[in-house]
Amino acid sequence: MATSITTPPGIPAVEPGRRPGPPGGRGRGAPPRERGLAGGALNVFSHTFLIAWGVLVTFPLVWSVLQSFRTDGEIVANPWGIPTSLRWENFSRAWSVSNIGDYFLSTVIVVAGGVFLTMLLGSMAAYVLARYDFWGNRVIYYSFIAGLTVPIFLALIPLFFVVRGFNALNTYHGLILVYVAFSLPFTVFFLHSFFRTLPTSVAEQAAVDGAGHVRTFFQVMLPMAKPGLLSVGIFNILGQWNQFLLPQTLMRQQSGFDADRSVLAQGLVALAIQQGYRNDLSALFAGMTIATLPILVVYLTFQRQVQAGLTGATLK
Amino acid sequence: MQRGKYPFIVGFLALPVLVYVVFMISPFVQTAHYSFTDWGARTTEFDYIGLENYLELAEDEVFRKAFGNSLFFFVSLPLITIALALFFAFMLNVGGRGNRAGVRGVFGSSIYQVIFFFPFILSIAIVAIVWGAIFRTDRHGLANAILMGVGLVDESRPLLFLSDPRAVKWILLGVAVWGFTGFFMVLFSAAMAAIPKDIFEAAVLDGAKRGQQFFRVTLPLLRDTISVAWVYLGILGLDMFALVYALSQGGPNFASEVMATRIYDTAFGGYRPGQFGLACAMGVTLALFTLVLAIIQLRVLRRDRIEY
Repeated sequence: MATSITTPPGIPAVEPGRRPGPPGGRGRGAPPRERGLAGGALNVFSHTFLIAWGVLVTFPLVWSVLQSFRTDGEIVANPWGIPTSLRWENFSRAWSVSNIGDYFLSTVIVVAGGVFLTMLLGSMAAYVLARYDFWGNRVIYYSFIAGLTVPIFLALIPLFFVVRGFNALNTYHGLILVYVAFSLPFTVFFLHSFFRTLPTSVAEQAAVDGAGHVRTFFQVMLPMAKPGLLSVGIFNILGQWNQFLLPQTLMRQQSGFDADRSVLAQGLVALAIQQGYRNDLSALFAGMTIATLPILVVYLTFQRQVQAGLTGATLK
Repeated sequence: MQRGKYPFIVGFLALPVLVYVVFMISPFVQTAHYSFTDWGARTTEFDYIGLENYLELAEDEVFRKAFGNSLFFFVSLPLITIALALFFAFMLNVGGRGNRAGVRGVFGSSIYQVIFFFPFILSIAIVAIVWGAIFRTDRHGLANAILMGVGLVDESRPLLFLSDPRAVKWILLGVAVWGFTGFFMVLFSAAMAAIPKDIFEAAVLDGAKRGQQFFRVTLPLLRDTISVAWVYLGILGLDMFALVYALSQGGPNFASEVMATRIYDTAFGGYRPGQFGLACAMGVTLALFTLVLAIIQLRVLRRDRIEY
């Protein structure tokens, strides 16, 4: 597609006053100015497509956030209008009446517990597997890796009964432990390669200084692994915050007396499906906005680590 | 380092391995086990019925439909997402003004990346709500409202979108592509940036145009990255659970039913829930299918690694 707007070869001459050829990185075969013009055309061409996709990505999201400031009447009457006044009451209604506040709290509890335990257990396992030789090391490592490739829902039904066997359906600790189990493969995989790259000399020095294995890990190796921990930690926060299938299966009220401990993703989908009967659109949009905000903040703050962590892990 | 090594190793591995085995490995193994039983919701006991569940699946119309739809997403999702992601990554990297060969980002390249990437980290639930509101079947949906506004659609006959059996799969595919493209664009873009400039310079010296640069130089060098992306997207395409469940519930009339929603409904929802043995057999079928396809993909895409 880009061929049509590149310069045909064979147009003569070097532009006066410019350094010819490499090492400036410029092709010797094509004259600079012509290529510059062609580059300009390509530049416009690429910006057109990039902006188009950018609009396609942002527009639906911006639109839904705007809807959360309008009344139901306004939304129904004209879906593509903009808010006439900022109706914050949508947010308070979503928070209390539609239970978004409870869902938010559940999500925070589960994600905080889940990520903390995942990081602790994951780094312990990864460290031992990466830096100690022992019988069975490979088997354990590869069984963690195998967990990366299989979709969750294949294990869903027995998992439901395992959790029920522990009497842990619709409990925070039950869901937290399941999150940990499903986050371990990636965490171990990522941190394993990270611990491998850390220099051995430091750990040896610590041992010479009389630090035991446990102290070496917590006081020497973990601080050194901070960048890796940060990347994988953010990954786990996003992953567990957004998890839908597991809570949908394991966090359901077991009886009428059981508290509703739904997490945000689950609560929002339930709200969206019910919406046909209840018709509180603005609260749905407001709830969605509330659920998106933490993600947006984490993403914009740690944007570089998120991208590096996610893409780096896929490439390895 | 040898002092107290084994107690330490055991102490550190015990908990993670225990949690992993109980909540991850054992359910997977049990899935295979239960698939040979007639275990249902009303009974705590079950009998072994051999391959009967699998035979039942082979004749189940809805399951075959779900299987076909999963196959559809398995093929189309990687194809379209990778094509788009490669295109945008190339635009980002070599579309820049100026006449340097090879990698040169366009102005604002990092801003584009931040925006494009964002849908990938959104909860599928949020993605589903946004697009569900856009593709409502009445005139209150954004898509219908806009189309009516410009006069493309008659006020009295709004488009059905997700309730249209012919359109629903394509809309779901579109939403999935919308969500995943940015991630893979960033991935490919990073891989393109890692290609040394000399290679492009050599290509330019030999008279390669931009298109030739892309197809003859960039693409072959990205082969490894693309094949990883392909496998990953293939797995995502076979899943699709959250999106289908939240947007179309597999409807209308199973037109968008996929294997994941079928498994979920057979076990936990729909009409006649609690056929656990049968649902497990579906899971095993899907697992085997995934495995075979992943091996085929890796075989087809495998080639000697190019070091640079």
